[in-house]
This record gives sequence, C-alpha cells and structure tokens, in this order.
Amino acid sequence: MTRRELLALGAGVIAGCTGKPRQSINGSFVGASHDVGHLLRGGKIPTPVGERRIPVVIVGAGIAGLSAGWYLARNGFRDFEILELEDEAGGNSRFGENRVSAYPWGAHYIPLPTKESRFVRELFEELGVITGYLNGEPQYKDEYLCFDPQERLYIHGRWQEGLVPALGTSDRDREDFERFRDIVDGYKARRAFTIPMQFSSQDNDLLQLDSITIRDFLSSHDLNSPALHWYVNYACRDDYGCDYGDVSAWAGLHYFGSRNVDENAVLTWPEGNGWIVSRLREKLASHIRTGSMVFRVRDSEVDCYDVQEKTSTTIRADRIIFACPTFLAKYLMEKSEGVDAFEYAPWMVANLELDAFPQQRAGAPIAWDNVIYDSDSLGYVVATHQSLRVHQPQTVLTYYYPLTGASPRSERERLLDTDWQTWVELILTDLSRPHPEIRELVRNIDIMRWGHAMVRPRPGFTWGEDRRLFTRPFGRVHFAHSDLSGFSIFEEAQYRGVIAAQWVLADR
Amino acid sequence: MVYALLISVFVIASCGLVYELIAGTLASYLLGDSVTYFSTIIGTYLFAMGIGSYLSRYIGKGLIVRFIRIELMVGLVGGSSAAILFLVFAYLESFRLILYAQVVIVGTLVGLEIPLLLRILKDKLQFKDLVSQVLTFDYLGALAVSLLFPLILAPRLGLVRTCFMFGILNVLVAVWTTSLFRDQIARVSSLRAQCIAVLILLTGGFAYGERLTTFAEESLYTDDVVFSRSTPYQRLIVTRWKDDIRLFLNSHLQFSSKDEYRYHEALVHPAMQGLTQPRRVLILGGGDGLALREVLKYPSVESVTLVDLDPEMTRLFSSNELLRNLNENSLRSPKLKTINADAFVWLGENSDVFDLAIVDFPDPTNYALGKLYTTTFYHLLARHLSPDGAAAIQSTSPLYARKSYWCIVKTVESSGLLTSPYHVYVPSFGEWGFVIASKRPYSIPQVSLPGLKFVSTEQLPGFFQFPADMSRVDTEVNHLNNQTLVRYYESEWHEVSQ
Repeated sequence: MTRRELLALGAGVIAGCTGKPRQSINGSFVGASHDVGHLLRGGKIPTPVGERRIPVVIVGAGIAGLSAGWYLARNGFRDFEILELEDEAGGNSRFGENRVSAYPWGAHYIPLPTKESRFVRELFEELGVITGYLNGEPQYKDEYLCFDPQERLYIHGRWQEGLVPALGTSDRDREDFERFRDIVDGYKARRAFTIPMQFSSQDNDLLQLDSITIRDFLSSHDLNSPALHWYVNYACRDDYGCDYGDVSAWAGLHYFGSRNVDENAVLTWPEGNGWIVSRLREKLASHIRTGSMVFRVRDSEVDCYDVQEKTSTTIRADRIIFACPTFLAKYLMEKSEGVDAFEYAPWMVANLELDAFPQQRAGAPIAWDNVIYDSDSLGYVVATHQSLRVHQPQTVLTYYYPLTGASPRSERERLLDTDWQTWVELILTDLSRPHPEIRELVRNIDIMRWGHAMVRPRPGFTWGEDRRLFTRPFGRVHFAHSDLSGFSIFEEAQYRGVIAAQWVLADR
Repeated sequence: MVYALLISVFVIASCGLVYELIAGTLASYLLGDSVTYFSTIIGTYLFAMGIGSYLSRYIGKGLIVRFIRIELMVGLVGGSSAAILFLVFAYLESFRLILYAQVVIVGTLVGLEIPLLLRILKDKLQFKDLVSQVLTFDYLGALAVSLLFPLILAPRLGLVRTCFMFGILNVLVAVWTTSLFRDQIARVSSLRAQCIAVLILLTGGFAYGERLTTFAEESLYTDDVVFSRSTPYQRLIVTRWKDDIRLFLNSHLQFSSKDEYRYHEALVHPAMQGLTQPRRVLILGGGDGLALREVLKYPSVESVTLVDLDPEMTRLFSSNELLRNLNENSLRSPKLKTINADAFVWLGENSDVFDLAIVDFPDPTNYALGKLYTTTFYHLLARHLSPDGAAAIQSTSPLYARKSYWCIVKTVESSGLLTSPYHVYVPSFGEWGFVIASKRPYSIPQVSLPGLKFVSTEQLPGFFQFPADMSRVDTEVNHLNNQTLVRYYESEWHEVSQ
C-alpha cells in the first residue's frame, strides 16, 4: 500500500463519518395553461376555417360541464361534446400522481350530501359511494369516508385534535363559540341555508345578511373572541378564498348552517375530488375533447381553437352550455353586462413529496387535514391518509394557500410574478413551524397557480341581480358553473350542470 | 528497549485476557448458562494458547516481523470479535461455531506472543531475569484487566467498543515494535502501512461500534437485551433472563417464553378444533412462528399462508437458534408460504379462501394499527373464509381494556360474522381475550388434541364464561372514520398504567 492509497482510504473513512448531505428539492410550476388562456385577451387566434355541427356543445370540462354531460348521458341523450381548454378534464378537481400516491390539485373532499343535494346522491349511488339506504339514510362505503383522525390544529406550539381552538382559550372564548353555535342552530332550525343554495329561505331578514360582512356580523353580535374570529376567518379563506372581512354574512353563515346531516363527516380520496373526475371522465370519454379552446360564443355557434393543430373551427349548435368560469363571458360573448360582478380569488396549491412523515411531536397525531393557527396558509392535507396500509413510509402533502389580499387583481399579479423558489421558501418556512425537519424530508414540490380559483361571495353579490341574471338562459346559451351559486363547492357546480342539462332535455 | 518490550508484555497480556473475558461474557449474555460457556471458553482459550506456544518453535527467521504481524492479526481478529458475534447472533445458525473458532484463533495467536517475545529478549537479559520479568508483567497485565473489565470497561464502554479498544492497543504495540526495531527490519514502510490500515479499521469500529448494540436500551428492560434492531416498520427487541426469552415490538411485550404456550394454544386450538379437517390456514401477523407451531400440530393442514409486514421479523425467527427452538422450526415448514406484506392490502389484492384465519396483530395502540380492527377489515376477512370457516382474533384484555375488547367483538358482529368471545389467563399478560368469528355457529369442541400444555376439553368451556368484572359492555362499532377502538384503548390502558 502506498502512502497515497493510505491517504485516500483515510479520507474515505472521514467522509463516511460526516453524514449525508442535504438533498436538493426538485419541482416546478405545473398545470393551468396561462399562456393559451391569455390568448383570449387580445392574443392572435387564427380565424375559423371549417365548420361542424353538434346538437349540444358544453364549454368547459370542470365539474359543472362533466355533470351536465353525465346528466344528459344518463337520460339517453348522446349528441353532445364537451370542449376543454386544458389537456385534462376536471377543472378545479384535477389531480396528479407520483410514485408515492395520487394527490389533489384543488378540491379534495365533499361533505355528506344534504337531503336537497338530490343529484349528488344519485351520482354517488351510481359510483358506489352510497351503498344503500338504512331507514332512509344513505350508507357510504367506508373506504371513502375520511378516516379518523380527521383534523388537527397547530396552536401555541402544540397539535390539538379538531380545528376549534381549545388550547390556550379562555372561558370568554368558549362562551363566544357557544353563542355563535346557538345563532347558527337558530338558522338551521329555520332551514335558512341549503345546498344547493337555490333552495335557501328567501325571508327578508336572511337576505339582508348579504349586505354586511361576516366579520361585521360577529362584531354586531358582540362576538369578539380572537379564537372565534380566527376560526370563522379560516373557514372563509378555506371555502371562499377570501378574508372574512370580504365575505358576506350570508355566505359566511351558509358555510356553518347549511349541513343538515352529520356535520363533520366528509368523503375523500387520495386524489381528492379527482376520483369523481376520473369516473365521470371514463363514462364520458367519447364526448370530451381536450386542448380545445372556445374563444367565441354566439347564439347558435361557438368558435373553437385546437391547441394541438393550431387551427380554428366554427361549431354550429342548437344548445350551448357555458360551463367554464362565468367571467370568461367577457371575452367570449358579445354581450356580457353584469359579468364584472363576478370576482375571483387566486390560489396557490403545492404538492410536497416527502421521503418520510414528519416526526410525531407533542400533541395530536397527524390527521387528514392539518391546520396551522395564525398562518397565511390553510395548512396541508395528507394524500395517503385514506390508504389502508398500516405502514406508509412516504407521503404527499397538499398545501393550500389562498391569496386573500383586498384586491384580487394585485393578488393575481403576485401569484404569477412570484417565482417557484420564492414560493418554495414560503411554504417551507410556514411548515417548519410545526415541523422543524421539513426541509430534510421534502424531495419534490410542484406548484399549481390558480389565477381565478373561485368566485368571491362578497357582500351584495350572492343575492344581487347580476348573479341571478346569469342563472337564466341567454337565448340558446345556458350558463352552468358554481360561480352562479356565488361560491365554489362541488354540490353547487354539479347542480348548475344538471340544471343546464335539464334545460337541454326539456327542449326535446 | 528492554523496558519497552516489557511494557508490551503488559499490554498484550491484558489484551489477551480481555478477548477471553468478552467471549465468555457475550456467550453467557446471548445464550445464557454462564457456567458452561465461561468454563468451556476459558478451557478452549488456554488450550489454543498451548497450540500457539507449540507452534512458536516453527518460527525461525524474521522473528520481529512475525511478532509484529501477529500483533496486527490479534488486534484485527480479537478487536472485532465482539462486533462480529453480535452481528452473527441474529442470523447465523452457527453462532457457537463462530464463537469457538474465534476463541481458538485468538488463543493461538496470543499463545505465540510470549514465546516470541522471550526469544526476542533472550540476548538482552539473563535467563532467570528474563523469565521472571516477562511473567511478572504478563500476570500484572492480567490483573489490571480483570479489575478494569467488570468495573469500568464493560459498563462504560460496552463490550463492542472495549473489544475494539484493546484491538487498537495490540496494533499500537505493533507500531511501537516496528519503530524500535526499524533498523533490523527490511521493509519498514510496508509494515507501517499495514499497521495504519488495521488501525483505521479498528478506530472506525470503535467509533461506530455503539450503533451495533444499544446498551442504552438495556436500562429500559429489566432483562438482558440479546437482540435489537430498528426495521423500517418497528423496533424489535429480544431479551433473555435465564431461560425466559421475551420479544418486544416498539417496547410492547409480545410474548414471554415462560408462558407463551398458553397464549398461542388459546389463540389457535379452540377455533381449530371447532372445524372439521381444516386444510388451508391463514395467519395474519404472528411472524414469530409461534401460532404457526400450534397450527402445524394438525396433520389435516395442507398449507399455511403467513402474512407479516416485517421481513426482518420472519427472518429472525426462522434463523436464530434460540428463537427457532421456541417455534420448533415452524417457519421452515414445507407447508408454509411466508409473505411479507401489509395484511390489509394483501387481503384486498388476494382472493384465496381459507378454512381458518389466525389474526394476531399488535394491540390497537395507534390509528394505523386501529385500521386492522375495523368493519372494513372484517368484511374483507370474511370474504377469505370458506363457508364453514372461522377466524380467531387476538383482542386485547377484557379485564384491563374491557370496552376495547367488547368493541372488537361488536365490530366483528356488525361485519356480519357470528362471534364466540373467550378469554384465558396468561401470567405475563394477565387476563387475555380472543374472539372466534365464524359464518356458521361455533360450538365448543368435545375432543382435544393430545399433548397440549394448556388447552384441554375440560378447560375449554370455562374459557367462554366471563365473570362480572369483564362481562359484556355496550360499545360503539369501530369504523375507519371513527376509530373508536383506539380511543377506548388509549383511555383504558392509560388508567391501568396510572
């Protein structure tokens, strides 16, 4: 052995002792064709050459569009096409998959459908989510109900079970929570709020709630507990993407008071509502055309740009279901008065692939939904939570971050101007509060930017004339989107899709 | 130079004794029966030293280089002996063979040391002084170590690191000798390189030796830890105290060899004997092969499928001598198919049907394990049972965790299976509960397998009687979306431990 070999050996031994270097984090922005989408705003789109005829055209393959198609097909009507700009159907319910798990890119759960959500129940029966009825109550397949433990909250340096702050709260806080609950129960008893929201009570005092914010509502009821305010604000940011100071009291109370079945139980899948998208996509495969951007909608025809072929076609139709976000009417239709009333909240959603679960520290064990008190984010959902495995080594966390600043327009600019690295830093800084070791665990972070993630139910919008205007057909065009309900939830999107499909069917 | 060599005598004498002490301590620690192992190891070691002394006559030229080489070999073989024994213990059948082989090799090499040193020194001292001084230092070294070893080295450094440390001392003697005689040696640099290479190896062993054994853990267990390993799935610990061997998974006791037959006979035989000629058996969990041992007592059994998550577990219990004696080599049965998979996932993906399923999972101590006690799981299990089939389910203690126990019973019932709850007394666990789940009504068998130590036709009816303090209580059903059982279990065992 020469001296050099010896030194090399020594160096090897020393290197072996110093531990592994920290791995770098991979990832990128994914999804949403901002470039193609922005063609709509003054971009150059080739003039249509050919012409086709399809009896019914559905614009947009989100939940509303897919549901319209589902309802048409279910009723034996097959002469329709669903045109989708993106490469994949699903809209806000799209999902991804990596070597660890499938995971959601947006909507990730559905509460047990209310009695009024007739069509959701019908869909669930068809998909085997509802396995039968016992004393009139639907029975759900166990694997699809969110497993216990469902929620936990990181507060004052500790995880607690459930999202209602319990740690470090005073009697005053608890009193306020109780009074708030009583108020909500009062509305429930009156059946003030329903899902679909269309069936909600039209009593004047209730509709008046749409004229103030939910924050002001709390204050006017002398509910001042900071914990309650955090909780209500969290709920608004979670469901509406808005600060509670921008949400109407009607919408805010609807969130708490509209569930007339087991309030806490939700249905979920590893890929979130993407599971339903997959099922609907299968059923409607022959009707869906992706990479098809509709850029003009007239009374009996639409112009459609083929993203792949880079050519445009005019499609003549008897009936058109406008199932993309309602604001697009501004760019697609000649007349769209009132559409400016539809305002949208931007969101950032990230999926983090982890080599191992975060360490179990003080307090409640990891749940499905993990929320951090006083964070700008909504925390994260564990994609592998519904796995039946006893031992799950790796996981995917879906991190939700609504941009809730006062002006959606400037927030949208922030969303698009912030680079990937900066977002990653923000996410990791936030998550390192409960999980100091998070940087060592993360292997990949993909980020989806939703410029117009969901409509904002700000005061005056929900029961204002502009929204209602768009729920009625415009000649041969019928709008269909959860926007028409004033807030973005699965049940509303499906309801609006089905209503438009019924309008098509009624005509025959 | 003379004193330098005499100090070497002191050092090598202490090293020689340390290897012997470590071999003896380790053998009695891992295998028990300290008198037998200590005396046979001392005997073998002394005899091997005799062989070494005898062989020394064949060493003629290059006395010094030979001596240095021998020091390096003693350092390497002796210094790593404890680490190797620990590593080998878990998986090699021939632990004792390796043990004695090590003792013979080290003993022979050590036996060569003193005669060679005497010859190196023979021209430098008169014969009477030579013998007197060398042997004095030899015995002094032995005394020093025999005091240091039990009082300081073993408790502070642990066996593995002590062993490496003395290996390093052997090498330092070699280094020193090399430099003392550098003028008389032909290839000094090559010899030095060898010394340094061995030194690096042993130092590495010393630095990392701690990871091999976790003596820190011993303080948690009252008995000697003879095996410990963190697998991706759990922390596996085997302890031994005299002839009582215990297995702990994540520090929960799984069995004690003193009374495990009570548990495993009770788990298997009541259900087994209720069936006529069971042929296909499924065991979920139970990677220790102990339930399997009971199952294999029935000649009618044609095939057994054992599904255990952790390959380390089934490997350990099918290779380690101590544990194979316990499960009577069951994991090597030709009737057995071992599958290392997640039981829930495996049941979902597989469509085999069985006459008997033994469900021997750890208690529902967390939400992950709790899934294995839900309606969804039992529905799936029922699909794998033949129309006459049954399952025997370990169901925690009906005395300490009464609600938990009856919650499992109720959950099985609400999954459409008939239940026959029963319990037995296992001293190391206390009162323990099981449930037989079946598609047809179960009746207590009238005939029993001969040769059992615990279950018998006379005893059986008593198993199914529950005294008032553990009689049935009403509970919720355990679903995936409520995990009631984990919550019951937590609160009940929390009370017991207070």
